[in-house]
Amino acid sequence: MSGLRLYALVYLAFLYAPIALLPIFAFNDGTVIAFPLDGFTLRWFRELPQTPALVASVRTSLWIAGSTALLSTVLGLCAARAGTMARFGGRDAMMGLIMLPLVLPEIIVAVALLVVLLALGLPLTGWTVIAGHTLICLPFSTAILGSAFRALDPALEEAGIDLGLGRAAVFLRVTLPLLMPGIIASLLITFTISLDEFIIAFFLTGTEPTLPVYLWGQLRFPQKIPVVMALGTILLVISVVLITLAEIARRRAAARATGIDSGA
Amino acid sequence: MAQADPGSVRRGRALIAAPALYALLLLAGPLGTIVLFSFWSQDFLALDRSPTLGNYAEALREPLYRELMLRSLAIAMAVTVTTVLLAFPVAYFVSFKVAPARKALWLFLITIPFWTSYLVRVFLWKVILGFNGVVNASLLGAGIIDAPLTFILYNPVSVVITLTHAFAPFAILPIYVALERIDHSLIEASRDLGESRASTFRRVTLPLALPGVMAAALIVFIPVIGDYVTPRLVGGPSGLMIANMIQTQFLKLNNAPLGAALAVLAMLIVTAIALVAGLALRRFSGPRG
Repeated sequence: MSGLRLYALVYLAFLYAPIALLPIFAFNDGTVIAFPLDGFTLRWFRELPQTPALVASVRTSLWIAGSTALLSTVLGLCAARAGTMARFGGRDAMMGLIMLPLVLPEIIVAVALLVVLLALGLPLTGWTVIAGHTLICLPFSTAILGSAFRALDPALEEAGIDLGLGRAAVFLRVTLPLLMPGIIASLLITFTISLDEFIIAFFLTGTEPTLPVYLWGQLRFPQKIPVVMALGTILLVISVVLITLAEIARRRAAARATGIDSGA
Repeated sequence: MAQADPGSVRRGRALIAAPALYALLLLAGPLGTIVLFSFWSQDFLALDRSPTLGNYAEALREPLYRELMLRSLAIAMAVTVTTVLLAFPVAYFVSFKVAPARKALWLFLITIPFWTSYLVRVFLWKVILGFNGVVNASLLGAGIIDAPLTFILYNPVSVVITLTHAFAPFAILPIYVALERIDHSLIEASRDLGESRASTFRRVTLPLALPGVMAAALIVFIPVIGDYVTPRLVGGPSGLMIANMIQTQFLKLNNAPLGAALAVLAMLIVTAIALVAGLALRRFSGPRG
C-alpha cells in the first residue's frame, strides 16, 4: 500500500471517528459519557418518544425542513433557469446576490434577519425560521438545478415546440420530467440542510424550538446526554439515507444527460 | 446558440424576479439594516437614531472586543492552514491515484460525515477531548499518563481541532476539482524534459492547483471566523470568538447597535481578506495566461 493511500485511509478514519462514538454511547448502559462502557441497553431509545418537548421539536423541524425544501427548490428552479438562459443586464448581479449566503458567516445572516423582524415588530415563528433557511438553501438548489438545466439537451425542448406544444406544456411534459432527478436531489439536500441548521433557527425561532435548538438546550444537562446520543444516532441514519438517495438521483440525472438513448 | 432574442431575455427577467426579489428583501435589505443599526445607539430600552460612530469606537477601543476579533482571525487562519494542508494529499490521492470508476465513491465517503448534525458532531469532540473523555480515558488506561490531560479541552487548540474536522470536505472538494482539471500531458511533458517527480509537483501540479487551494482556503475561512457553536461548546473562556460576543450583544445585553457594529466589522474583515486573496491569486496566475 502506498503512503498516500494509507494517509487517505487514516484521514477517512479521522473524519468518521467522532460519528462512530454516537452508536457506541447510544447503546451504552451508563449516564456518564466516557470509557469503559457499562453494557448494552435500549432504554435511551425508549425514552425518546416519552419526552413530549422532544417529539414537538421533531414535528416542528420536519415541517420547517419540508417547507424550506419546497420553497427553495421552486425559487432555485426559477434562478437556475434564468441563469442558463440568454444573458441580460443585471443577471450576474442578481445571481451573485442569490449565491451570496454561501460566502457569508451564518451568524451575520441570522443577526441581520433578526434585527429587521424586530424592527418591523413581526413575531418570531416557524415561518421566520423557514424564511432564513430558504435564504441559505437557495444557493444550493440553484447550483444543483443549474447543472441539471445545463445537462438538458435543448433539442428535446425545441422538438416539443416544433411538434406544436405551448411553452407551458413543453415545460410540464418535457423539461420537468427530465429535470426530476435534479429536483429530487435539490429537495433532499435542502431538507437535510434545514433539518441540521442551528444558528439561524436559534436566533429566529419563537416559542416552538426546532430539533437542533432543543438539543442545544439539553447539552447543558449531563443526565440528558445519553438520550441526545440516541437521538443523534437516529439523525445520523436519516441523514445518511437522505444523502444517499440524493446521490442516486444526481447520478441518474448525470446518466440521463450523457446517454439519453440508454433507456431513460 | 445563446443569441439574445428579446423573448428569451424577457422570460429570463421574469424567471429571476422571484428569487432575486426574495434575496433583495431577506438578504440585501437586512444587511443594509445592520449597517444602519451600527450607526445608531442603544439608550437603555430606547433606540437612539441619531447617527454616531460611537459603536465602532467602542468596538475598536475596548480590549475585550479587540481580543475576540483578533482571536477569531487567528483561529480562522490556523483552521484554514491545517485544513488545507491536511486535505491536499487526500484530494491529490483521489484525483491522481484512484481509478475513475471509484472516485465518486471516495468523494461520497468524504462528504457523508459533513451531512450529519453539526451540533452533535461538535458535541462529540467535547466527549473525545474531555476530562473523562475518550483520549484521556484511553491514555490513562494504557498507563501513558497519570492524570487526565487538561490542555486539550476548553481552549483555542480544541476549537482548532474541532473546526479542522468540521470543515474538511469544504477543503477537499475545491482542491479535487482543480486537480481534475489539470491536463496530464503537462505533467508528462515536465517528466519527459527531465524534471524530477518532486520538482514537477512543485513547478507544474501545485501552481495549476493553486486556484482550487485558494478557493478551499476561503470556503473554510469565511464560515469559521463567524462560528458560534464550536467556541461555545469546546472553547471555554479562552476559546470564545467574535460570534459569541455578537450573540451576547443581541440576545443578552440587548445592545443591538454595538452587536451590529461588531458584525459589520467581521464582515469587512472577511471581505478584505477575500479580496486580497483574490488579487494575490490573479497576480500569481496572471502572466501565465
